Amino acid sequence: MKYVIIGNSAAAVGCIEGLRKYDRAGSITVISDETHHVYSRPLISYYLAGKVKPENMVYRKKDFYEKNNVTVKFGTKAVSIDPKAKKVALDNGESVAYDKLLIATGSSPFVPPTNGLAKQSNVFTFLKYDDALGIEKLIGPQSRVVVVGAGLIGLKAAEGLAPVTGSVHVVELAPRVLPMILDEQAAAPVQKRLEENGITFHLGVTVETVVGEDKVEKVILKDGTELSCDVLVMGVGVRPNVAEAKAAGVEVNRGIIVDDAMRTSVPDIYAAGDVTEGVDLITGERKIMALWPNAYAQGRAAAYDMCGAKEEFHGVFPMNAVGFFGLSMITAGVQGGDGVEVQAKTNPETGATKRFFVKDDRLVGMILVGDVDRAGIYTYLISEKIPLSSLEKPLTDDSFGLNALGYDKMKERISS
Amino acid sequence: MSLQLGWPDYLVERDENKCIQCEVCAKQCANEVHRLDPDTGKMVSDDSKCVDCHRCVALCPTRALKIRVNDLEFKPNANWTSDAIKEIYKQAATGSVLLTGMGNPKPYPIYWDKMLINASQVTNPSIDPLREPMETGVILGRKPEKLEFDKRGRLLTKMPPQVKLLVPVMFSAMSFGSISRNAHEALARAATELGILYNTGEGGLAREFYKYGPNTIVQVASGRFGVHADYLNAGAMLEIKIGQGAKPGIGGHLPGEKVGEQVSMARMIPEGSDAISPAPHHDIYSIEDLRQLIYSLKEATNYTKPVSVKIAAVHNAPAIASGIARAGADVITIDGFRGGTGAAPQRVRDNVGIPIELALASVDQRLRDEGIRNEVSLVVAGSVRNSADIIKAIALGADACYIGSSALLAMGCHMCQNCYTGRCNWGIATQRDDLVKRLNPDVASQRLVNLVSAWKHEIEEMLGGMGINAIESLKGNRLMLRGVGLNQKELDILGIKHAGE
Amino acid sequence: MKKVYADEKWCLGCGLCKVYCRTSHSKTLDIIKAHKLENPRPVERLHIETGDKVNFALQCRHCDDPKCVQACITGAMQKDPETGLVLNETERCVGCWTCVLACPFGAIVRDEGKKKVAAKCDLCAALGEPECVKHCPNNALKYEDRGE
Repeated sequence: MKYVIIGNSAAAVGCIEGLRKYDRAGSITVISDETHHVYSRPLISYYLAGKVKPENMVYRKKDFYEKNNVTVKFGTKAVSIDPKAKKVALDNGESVAYDKLLIATGSSPFVPPTNGLAKQSNVFTFLKYDDALGIEKLIGPQSRVVVVGAGLIGLKAAEGLAPVTGSVHVVELAPRVLPMILDEQAAAPVQKRLEENGITFHLGVTVETVVGEDKVEKVILKDGTELSCDVLVMGVGVRPNVAEAKAAGVEVNRGIIVDDAMRTSVPDIYAAGDVTEGVDLITGERKIMALWPNAYAQGRAAAYDMCGAKEEFHGVFPMNAVGFFGLSMITAGVQGGDGVEVQAKTNPETGATKRFFVKDDRLVGMILVGDVDRAGIYTYLISEKIPLSSLEKPLTDDSFGLNALGYDKMKERISS
Repeated sequence: MSLQLGWPDYLVERDENKCIQCEVCAKQCANEVHRLDPDTGKMVSDDSKCVDCHRCVALCPTRALKIRVNDLEFKPNANWTSDAIKEIYKQAATGSVLLTGMGNPKPYPIYWDKMLINASQVTNPSIDPLREPMETGVILGRKPEKLEFDKRGRLLTKMPPQVKLLVPVMFSAMSFGSISRNAHEALARAATELGILYNTGEGGLAREFYKYGPNTIVQVASGRFGVHADYLNAGAMLEIKIGQGAKPGIGGHLPGEKVGEQVSMARMIPEGSDAISPAPHHDIYSIEDLRQLIYSLKEATNYTKPVSVKIAAVHNAPAIASGIARAGADVITIDGFRGGTGAAPQRVRDNVGIPIELALASVDQRLRDEGIRNEVSLVVAGSVRNSADIIKAIALGADACYIGSSALLAMGCHMCQNCYTGRCNWGIATQRDDLVKRLNPDVASQRLVNLVSAWKHEIEEMLGGMGINAIESLKGNRLMLRGVGLNQKELDILGIKHAGE
Repeated sequence: MKKVYADEKWCLGCGLCKVYCRTSHSKTLDIIKAHKLENPRPVERLHIETGDKVNFALQCRHCDDPKCVQACITGAMQKDPETGLVLNETERCVGCWTCVLACPFGAIVRDEGKKKVAAKCDLCAALGEPECVKHCPNNALKYEDRGE
């Protein structure tokens, strides 16, 4: 069996490990347009902040490919897929035959059309290791940084850069930080923490124009604010890299449409990770869930189907663990919506907030800010769709734990 | 009354250099002595609540705790001792009878410690129990006058009901109610593993324990709690409790708080109601009455089980024992004045009854004199503390010994004598769920088995030393004992010579 | 594999397992120094849930298919294919708490003493037998292979 994976990140690793659990013999070829050993993208901001050494940027150890008997074609790009001949053409003229193909091409930063924004040398998108290495060369203690976007990428960039630069201004269209994962109440303390650490926010406003020829020198906002700028980070969002898939006739909406085994519309072609549009286990909606753990899980699910292993895959839903300047937060599922009721509790001493989103007797989402301990138990309630009426404690109870599941269920869990 | 004339009996000493504020002591003290002071971040203690049970000391992972008897003293007075004064203060404050638990702690003579055991030298050589068989088993119950066999050597005599013990030790009567369910289970399981018997006490028997029946003595006491046909037939032996060494002449009182669902079921009384055992059996006012109850029980069990009658060791024990034997009992149990209790008035416990050693010697002698010693087995109780006490008891004429306090100690009891409060920190004398679970029967039964097994080894060693290879050969063999520091009267009663004689 | 199992029937919630867990994951391996001198103070890698009647201590279940390993963004959390132990390589861990989010048992603990890292039960791999089991005063923790 010949397995080919286009892409070399979380989904690819999930796929490799999934395949090697059941198939030690088949050949695995990875096509990577980057030249780095597989690394962890979420670590880029940690790297910039000096919290991760270069050698620890790797997502798997140096002998990972060798141990798993994987051939990696670094620095080569897959230019086209021929589903009939079952071949992938590379930009170096090579062609790689496959029996099963995984498209794990990920996503690219989305840079909205902006007045004056060309290919200036001090504009970064903060998604790839090369971005980090590039920014590192430009910044100093006096640098003025403007970040566009107060989502995960933008704020992570802001957090990473704030301690090593002079100023960081964040511009966000939405009226709050992290608009995709936090509601208003939860966003406020997070914004406060970021501000306390020297980050300035411009919320509910967008960039009017970018000034500067070779280098961006100034950013002018719609409200007239002018921000001097040595480094501009565009952290607005990502778009799936679907071009090759689309050309090969794979059904694509915003991302590649996949079923619950990560199969695309074309036989023997699978897709996983940021490039896909999968079904949200909680809402049942199709959406892009561009998150690292999900990518890994999907890559592995694809692998199981590729090699015929019968392992159940329960699907994924959005979830995030993230922290800014020591303020940890965890979110999962939905944070609002029709018929969703909120159960919330704030610790008056620590300010830690827990917000639970409940619909039809099920936990469908949560936001924990400041106190994330044992969050996985709530994740379990969400993914297993445990009826909340069966619980023996309210979600907001300080001692909520496995004991809330009731004696029998608790016993079963702790005996596993 | 806010005026406190006394002061805490104990002082909790905490070594601040060792205390790590883990709060284990606070979590483990049912008397709420310890707590973490949030302002100082240090552990503090309320000495006045401490009962010196050592739960905290035992669990403290850094050995930071020490409980000391409060050395604050009244002006020296050989007559008005501290205890005497404090008891007056207590009673003046409360108007109550002083309650206590466990056995008499007063410095009365301990005759076990005034008797020494013999050993063989040169003649009648000693036996090495590791190399040669040694019989520690005893049989309780009536022994026939003589045995008849047919020509082929088969036994013709119909044997009376008897039970066999692999070691001459049994666990004393401790009711479910006075001790916890887990303590009860530990005793039952250990008895089964050891091939001995434990005793239900007067608390009835929960159905879940019927499986230990072959190793159970079911007790019938003045309250008749939990007595019914199945109960009587559940055990291997029956025991009519007339009296208890810790409180001769006194009934029992299990307060309603301790009568939870399980206790209520076992005792056949409503939940929450006080279980009051009258001082006498209201249907026994004579030996003849006792005979009726003995035979009622024999009838109920189809004459298949031996019946024991237990009395406290009192002044005229020999005459009473003779009456009991003649009333048809198969076993007589005598409980000495040091016997334990879950709750007793302190004055009674400390002042009523006589030492078991003297009672045993005189009862055995009386029964022999009357020629009826073979009709009953003699079991003694009331502070049998080690294997040497057992050897001495057997040599004085006992068939077997009951151990109560020793068994509780093996399970973890620290002899704080606060059983009556129901807040036993060791999970033994309590019905509070959170405390009961502190006694894991897996652990407690193993400790009991260890204790009795160890004693068995020691008994074998001492028997071997005497050149004896079966415990039966020691029974009533008072030549194996010598007294030290005893006057002639005491030696006469014990029926032994003085050391050197 | 051999794991630590809690028998809630006998757990007193006394907290000794915590004390010994902390000690066995301290630098000095000395109970008093670990609690009084070491800075940062070592954290315990278990949770004790207490209630009116039911208490238990809970450690990592070392799942066959650990969700924390799948979720880990750095690759620091790995299941050792030979021993079955799920271990966190703290040099690589950045304390993002994605494993905390993923673990359905709530068994992963935050160690924010020095550098933020996820702390979890390693079955006292360095010491042979888990210290929590060894020091449980009521046999409420068992270290055994239940063949699952």
